[in-house]
Amino acid sequence: MVNTPTINSADTAWMLVSTALVLMMTPALGFFYGGMVRTKNALNTLMMSFISLGFVGLGWALLGYSLAFAKGGSWLGGLDYLFLKDVGLGVSSQGAIPHLLFMAYQATFAIITAALISGAIVERMRFVAYVAFITLWMVFVYSPVAHWVWGGGWLSTLGALDFAGGTVVHVNAAAAAVVTASLLGARKDFARLAILPQNVPFTLLGTGLLWLGWFGFNAGSALGANGVASLAFVNTMLAPMGTLVAWTTIDLVRTGKVTAIGAATGIVVGLVAVTPAAGYISPMSAIVLGLLAAFPSYYALLWRARTRLDDSLDVLAAHGVGGVFGALMTGVLADKAWNGVENGLLHGNPKQLWIQFVACAATVAYSAAATFILLKLIGVFLPLKASDRAQGVGMDVTQHGEEAYARGEGAVLMPAEGA
Amino acid sequence: MKLVVAIIRPEKVSEVLVALYRAEVRGMTLTPVQGHGAESEQVETYRGTRVKMELHDKVRLEIGVSDHFVEPTVKAILSAAKTGEVGDGKIFVLPVETVYRIRTGEKDQEAVTPVAQLPSD
Repeated sequence: MVNTPTINSADTAWMLVSTALVLMMTPALGFFYGGMVRTKNALNTLMMSFISLGFVGLGWALLGYSLAFAKGGSWLGGLDYLFLKDVGLGVSSQGAIPHLLFMAYQATFAIITAALISGAIVERMRFVAYVAFITLWMVFVYSPVAHWVWGGGWLSTLGALDFAGGTVVHVNAAAAAVVTASLLGARKDFARLAILPQNVPFTLLGTGLLWLGWFGFNAGSALGANGVASLAFVNTMLAPMGTLVAWTTIDLVRTGKVTAIGAATGIVVGLVAVTPAAGYISPMSAIVLGLLAAFPSYYALLWRARTRLDDSLDVLAAHGVGGVFGALMTGVLADKAWNGVENGLLHGNPKQLWIQFVACAATVAYSAAATFILLKLIGVFLPLKASDRAQGVGMDVTQHGEEAYARGEGAVLMPAEGA
Repeated sequence: MKLVVAIIRPEKVSEVLVALYRAEVRGMTLTPVQGHGAESEQVETYRGTRVKMELHDKVRLEIGVSDHFVEPTVKAILSAAKTGEVGDGKIFVLPVETVYRIRTGEKDQEAVTPVAQLPSD
């Protein structure tokens, strides 16, 4: 973004709305994930998203934002904005909006990225260990990677195109998710019992709210109310439409039926795939991108189900494969006539595809390695995985002392605690 | 003929079904129930209201079997439903006066003997 000396009211209004939209995506993700687990783990899964709003959000305001966006080296930002120092109502260096609003907008990204990881480790990770993990992960993994791509770090110098976070958010979270799922090991019932979703309508509800919020995520990443925002907005509409059509068609041809969870997954994969590309490609390219994005993720999902990897809600297939596909396709389809920044392979700039590949590979390598080290360190102080017995009773009762659908029969009132 | 009634933990149902299948026990009725045994109460808190859940979710299995099937049925349930902690449940074996199979009107021994199911589609 070009430095703009003054604050623009229209831009500010749109970014206020966008910030609220993206914040809503984290509860929406909770419903998307929460519908796909068993009844006894429904609250725990929803809470894994909700808790990120607190711990990761505060961590971002106090420290993460500075590490990502304060002046620093090419690998990490500085400490100039520690505890929100100098983050005021003056114009942001990234757009014609108040600096403080830019910090809040970016906070919503950090929050949902950390929460995305939870899809791989539902129904078994101890809640306290999970909270410690995502908070530290945001500081040591998300913030540096955000700095590389958006904060003036080495990937932005290299010219990597990531409009709204294909690598920073989705590839980053998916790499961490796979490492966490493998380190933690499978659920006690994995591959032994049929584990069925408790509430598919929740998953569809979450998907709808995610799509709505994603307009803030992608079109908001233009950081202004302008043409690029409109392009990103329309692409965020068209690409998932394409993925929904392609996904349900594959479903129909393969199995003779169109599944609801398949439709929900297709929409999310389309949203993920268009995220890095949203403001860089033409609307027709977005349709093609959306249609094609269904294939790698669909087959990655089938492949994962045959492995021992208990990536329970398929973060790898949806966000990892979808994110890498979107990032690479950005390097193919980017069109300077639309974005005014850079061309991709199809428009005579094959080098861009290589840069996109480097950005993905670097993100996967760093995120996987740093996640591994973080979990090993946390594991020294806190057990990461719930016992088989706790998993059997359910994470709602054992981690939270509540049930999602308590009936109250046989419940006897007790005197208030500490009274 | 006997009626085997078992009260078991919900999280053990799948394992018990597999064990019964391996013991070639076919035909049963399954009901979600709530009950109170010697298990300690679990405490839950909702906005400062603390409650003791005195009734626990259990699953009740009813299996009508001919006499020589009683032992394999009970053995399968005993081994598959056990965790070793209080609250694993009970098995009751009850005498049965008469059994009818509704489809054919068959009575007693014939009625509790499973028939090979013809594939319907």
